[in-house]
Amino acid sequence: MEQVAAFEVSDPGILTTIQDLGRYGFSQFGVPPSGALDTFSLRVGNLLVGNREEEACLEVTLMGLKIKAMKEVVIAITGGDLSPALNGEPLEMWRTHLLLEGDAITFKKVKAGCRAYLAVSRGLVVPKIMGSCSTYLSGNFGGLEGRPLRRGDILYTLDIPSSLDKLGLRFPNDWIPSLEKEALLRIIPGPQDRHFTEKGVQTFCSSSYQVTPQCDRMGVRLEGPKIERRSDVEESIISEGLISGSIQVPGNGKPIIILTELVTGGYTKIATIISTDLPKVAQLKPGDQVRFKPISIEESHDLLKEQEDRLKNFKEILQQR
Amino acid sequence: MGLYPKTIFYPMGDRGFLLEFGDEISREINEKVRRMALAVQAEAIESVIESVPTYRSLLIIYNPVILSIEDLKKRLKKIEGGLQTTPLPEPKLTHIPVVYGGIYGPDLEEVAMYQQISPEEVIQLHCSKPYLIYMIGFMPGFPYMGELPQALATPRLKTPRLIVPKGSVGIAQRQTGIYSMESPGGWQILGRTPVELFDPEKDPPALLQMGDFVQFYQISEKEFHDWNSQSA
Repeated sequence: MEQVAAFEVSDPGILTTIQDLGRYGFSQFGVPPSGALDTFSLRVGNLLVGNREEEACLEVTLMGLKIKAMKEVVIAITGGDLSPALNGEPLEMWRTHLLLEGDAITFKKVKAGCRAYLAVSRGLVVPKIMGSCSTYLSGNFGGLEGRPLRRGDILYTLDIPSSLDKLGLRFPNDWIPSLEKEALLRIIPGPQDRHFTEKGVQTFCSSSYQVTPQCDRMGVRLEGPKIERRSDVEESIISEGLISGSIQVPGNGKPIIILTELVTGGYTKIATIISTDLPKVAQLKPGDQVRFKPISIEESHDLLKEQEDRLKNFKEILQQR
Repeated sequence: MGLYPKTIFYPMGDRGFLLEFGDEISREINEKVRRMALAVQAEAIESVIESVPTYRSLLIIYNPVILSIEDLKKRLKKIEGGLQTTPLPEPKLTHIPVVYGGIYGPDLEEVAMYQQISPEEVIQLHCSKPYLIYMIGFMPGFPYMGELPQALATPRLKTPRLIVPKGSVGIAQRQTGIYSMESPGGWQILGRTPVELFDPEKDPPALLQMGDFVQFYQISEKEFHDWNSQSA
């Protein structure tokens, strides 16, 4: 299908990458999933502009991105509130907007959260590598030449007129995730929770941890009370698979939340954050606080079903338009 | 303890299921991981989106909205019950050329001193037999292989390097591996291979796969530099 230039990057900001829902099925070759950290926001953004929910979007980190529309396009911005603006005027998030040729979109300063998603009607077009458009930064592939956006980059979309019937469409207000200064992250204990003392597990579940500057697409290092380890087990384990949300505790007793650019690891994992709370992790930035709360598998599956039902409902609302 | 009489199923969050088959690095346990990974792939369970085979466990990533954890566990147990009859593909042997020592293998002398043998003996030992690839992990295309001869077993560096060049061949305890990309790392580096281990455009993207074997052999610095121009 023909593609057409949709945006020119005037300023890439701190870090902007192209992401979709990730690259699955290649971990046996050591390839991690990559993909949007806040998949909920990416999916909603795509649905708003009339795309399939897995289409490639921009993942904008913190601030500084400025792009200029090279044609008429329909967009939606979801995720963290990075003060998006259209030609300098504040732009409402979680709804569709029509941009005209020459319009500029900027993300000037962080109001809440850490990452915003910009979805474009018809999606962003980059070559699919192993079935996905996601940028894998440390592997240098996927997205736009395996790297963050640069000044002067041109972003392409498919050359089909935007569906203007979706204009002005909003995602229901009470379904938009709220971003608190202290995130409560629900966890399923294990698989190596038994490597820690009862006191250690207690410390982990009752303390507040602070996000350190070591916070990127691979993981989030936390600072806070040391988690006590049993003295009769080794600090490291035989390397095994990781999943987004795995919480590793290395020798220093400070937890690290694993995100989407890692595939295996040899540190003990005290717990795993449930998938419906991963969007909250994506919105953490240095200085933010987190707490952990254990829940049961059944509860976590109910929460996931609830989220999927909402998205299904929203799709039905869209189809009725 | 070795291979568990009964596989342990650990939930890993709401979408992960970790199947642990044993508690050590052994060929028997690793072969079971591989059999199970292949059988799960062949079964193509609709809710399974990823399986991560490693030394002694298999991580399954699934969508619980499609299939409940209880039903998934039943399916996996059934697959496990039929494993003995699953044929394994014939292992492939890949010969990997390595230029040892000097700037390519900055830890060769150190390892020789640690083992109280000569650098030539270290090279000879490293090339003395084919190694089993237990898993690919850490980074795309990085093979974890073993077992090294006991006379080569050397601990990791006390302080990991910030940059290990792509192609570096290292050892850690009784494992040997190849850095398929530039990365930080703590393995003792004996040499470097000119061979590309990973190409995202290829299918499969990794040159080496779990369950196959690697035989190292020594090449000269000149051969190393000529390698890619020759094969191109």
